[in-house]
Amino acid sequence: MFTLERRVEQSKSWLVFSPIMAIALTILSGIIIFSVLDKDPWMSLYTFFIQPLTTGFGFTELIVKATPLILIGVGLSIGFKANVWNIGAEGQFTMGAIAGGGTALFLNTQESFLVLPAVLLMGIFGGIVWGMIPAFLKTKFNANEILTSLMLSYVALLILSYLVHGPWRDPGGYNFPESEIFSDFAMLPILLEGTRLNLGTVFALLSVLIIYILLSRTVLGYQFKVVGLAPAAAKHAGFDRAKLIWLSMIISGGLAGLAGISEVSGTIGQLLPSVSPGYGFTAIIVAFLGRLNPVGVLFAGLIMALTYIGGENAQIEIGLPAAVTGLFQGIILFYLLACDVLARYRLRYKPFLKARDRE
Amino acid sequence: MPALNDNQNNMKSSYDKASGEPNALLELGGISKAFPGILANDAIDLRVMPGEIHGLVGENGAGKSTLVKIIYGLLRPDQGTIKWEGDAVSIFGPSQARSLGIGMVFQHFSLFEALTVMENIALAIDEKWKTQELRSRIDEVSRNFGLSIEIDRYVHSLSVGERQRVEIVRCLLQSPKLLILDEPTSVLTPQEAESLFETLNILSKRGCAILYISHKLHEIKKICHAATILRAGRVVANCDPSKEPIKKMAELLVGSQLPEINRGRLTAHGVERIHIDNLNYTSKDPFSVKLKNISFTVRGGEILGIAGVAGNGQTELMSVLSGEVKDLDDPSIIKFNNQIVTSKGAAERRLLGAGFVPEQRQGHSAVTEMSLIENVLLTALKTCDLEKSGFIDQAKARSFAESIISNFDVRTTGVQAETGSLSGGNLQKFIVGRELLQQPSILIIEQPTWGVDVGAAIILRRALLDLAKSGAAVIIISQDLDEIFEVCNKIAVMADGMISILGDIAAVSMEEIGVLMGGQRYEH
Repeated sequence: MFTLERRVEQSKSWLVFSPIMAIALTILSGIIIFSVLDKDPWMSLYTFFIQPLTTGFGFTELIVKATPLILIGVGLSIGFKANVWNIGAEGQFTMGAIAGGGTALFLNTQESFLVLPAVLLMGIFGGIVWGMIPAFLKTKFNANEILTSLMLSYVALLILSYLVHGPWRDPGGYNFPESEIFSDFAMLPILLEGTRLNLGTVFALLSVLIIYILLSRTVLGYQFKVVGLAPAAAKHAGFDRAKLIWLSMIISGGLAGLAGISEVSGTIGQLLPSVSPGYGFTAIIVAFLGRLNPVGVLFAGLIMALTYIGGENAQIEIGLPAAVTGLFQGIILFYLLACDVLARYRLRYKPFLKARDRE
Repeated sequence: MPALNDNQNNMKSSYDKASGEPNALLELGGISKAFPGILANDAIDLRVMPGEIHGLVGENGAGKSTLVKIIYGLLRPDQGTIKWEGDAVSIFGPSQARSLGIGMVFQHFSLFEALTVMENIALAIDEKWKTQELRSRIDEVSRNFGLSIEIDRYVHSLSVGERQRVEIVRCLLQSPKLLILDEPTSVLTPQEAESLFETLNILSKRGCAILYISHKLHEIKKICHAATILRAGRVVANCDPSKEPIKKMAELLVGSQLPEINRGRLTAHGVERIHIDNLNYTSKDPFSVKLKNISFTVRGGEILGIAGVAGNGQTELMSVLSGEVKDLDDPSIIKFNNQIVTSKGAAERRLLGAGFVPEQRQGHSAVTEMSLIENVLLTALKTCDLEKSGFIDQAKARSFAESIISNFDVRTTGVQAETGSLSGGNLQKFIVGRELLQQPSILIIEQPTWGVDVGAAIILRRALLDLAKSGAAVIIISQDLDEIFEVCNKIAVMADGMISILGDIAAVSMEEIGVLMGGQRYEH
């Protein structure tokens, strides 16, 4: 029989290998699902995972979609390392879009190069404020941040919906629930002419670098790790738990807010009732797929972005339902968690005991 | 050694193994069990006779617990045979072990605190009983064996000794032929231990065999009819403990001549370093112990041993002294080196020269998933300047970790090794070394040698003595009275959240300590 045997030390190679295995298993499951749906599995897989990358534009779209996932994902990974379960990045993202987008609308007639920095800072600020509410509730009343941050997501989405249906609706927009289009001074510059690739991607890369240094070189990063791995040891060391909760919510909220404002002022160009196809939730998967390591998150963000554009492509090309995107995202996370067991345990074949002498 | 072999032969001859008579209740043959990186049991033979109190002796890590888990069906052996009343059996799980007639009382009790004694017993037994029948049966068992328990009390209100009695009664309800007790006296006062021994004698006289696991040799000598000594997973001797001198058994246990620790002379009148005045603390946790009116002082050069049965407020005291807990009740005052630190956190107290080593190593005084270098940072970050404007000074931290390893003989693959890969003794040497290299003038340490091999224990105790000689004040909170008598020059006893200071250790008797350890907790 096969048994799982605990490893003496966590296997470093499995930590790298298990995401790869998870992706392989996801593809395998994809083949089965496509067959059941009466689609040619190879063709479907090609449409889903490869065809989007065959054009230069498709490639830049991948990066455009990966940008918010990476920005949010690196922020979340700090919190997750510190056992602060910020599930509400979607709300902080939306709040960033509202605060930054609102600033852009407010300054829409200003022709100044200071407009964009103001828009960005307000976007970050919006995300931070939305992240600070669960931090306050947790440190003050010991309220579970999973619930509070999640519920606040819906609050943020409804606020956005109210604003674009009401006060911020474009008077010249034929009653569509949309804001005015932002002026060029409020828009992130495009990096590559003819694509949607914008400065937001640079922010994402910078955030990867900064958070990587924070986690691996600084005392603060060390404290985040200790408080997550061994809360009692953090107490023993005298680390300020409340401060770490505040900071992790501020960092992850701020980065989600930056992702939100980068999305509206970089890619969309106005406020809509929905500014995110669930980036804030998908980024949770990104953070784990990337092993809560900023560099890992970078790659995980690209992979998850592929499920988005692959899903869109599959809808258009072979008429698969939109839910396929979410399905694949869920399957990846599921297999990842399952494969992770092998980093801590090894699979061993053990023959039955000789001592089976119960005649 | 030869004397022991003689005894072994004497013992065996009296049971006449050659004729194969079914005299042995339990007979293990060549039991082996390996875990990753360690051979916990290596070809162990063991014979337990009906009605015999059989001691299973060994240090922590000698393989005792693994062996009894195999007998109780919690682990499967890799090799070897188990014979029960002469028949070969495989024990697939505890319920099968119980149906054979094996009962076990674990070192850590498995009782639900929020349920009553009756409910706990009813939950755990295999047969179905009517409530009234069970009640009278419990009464009967507890009267027959001198195990007084109050059936309707909630377990959280029971003392540790009472909880143990509940566990024993629970086992006896199934009328076992073999009762396994794992380190039963580690949580008892000397008086409670006495009453346990009486119970065990009654059981033995009525034909129930007892497998008594312990590393306390005087207990083995006192109550056991036969003993098997384990070292590093193997049987090193079988003996009749009543005839064997304790020192000889101890040497077999350890595998070498016992070195002596020289307590030496401690300077009596150093400067006052620790001053506790009227300390009171009520934790929010309803199951924790209240600390009441604790006052004492410790001077430089003194080692104060705080004795007591586990669960009498030691953990709470440690967390209050280390600053992990700061919300004390008025009018508590804690002074370290003449500075009031009552409301200061652990990191600030360290900057005033204090060092702390709590009982729990894994996950409390060390992060097992991190490297040794990273664990250095846990307490030495500020005191040893390992931080440069927010960044970690890697080179300095590395050399600090290296000097701990070389100064305290920490056996490891290197400073990058995952701390969890260290054995208990080496981990504790590393942790204590980390504190000592910060040259504290105050050190407060809980259970310094718990679960540590004898060699490491000696290194640790010497290091504590040296620290005190250099003028530091040391507090050792320990449940091991032998250790306190070996190292400390002042003793206090903790019971029910209160501390009685007895003063000079040379002037107190074991009986006095035992009475205090019982405390008011047992007067209902």
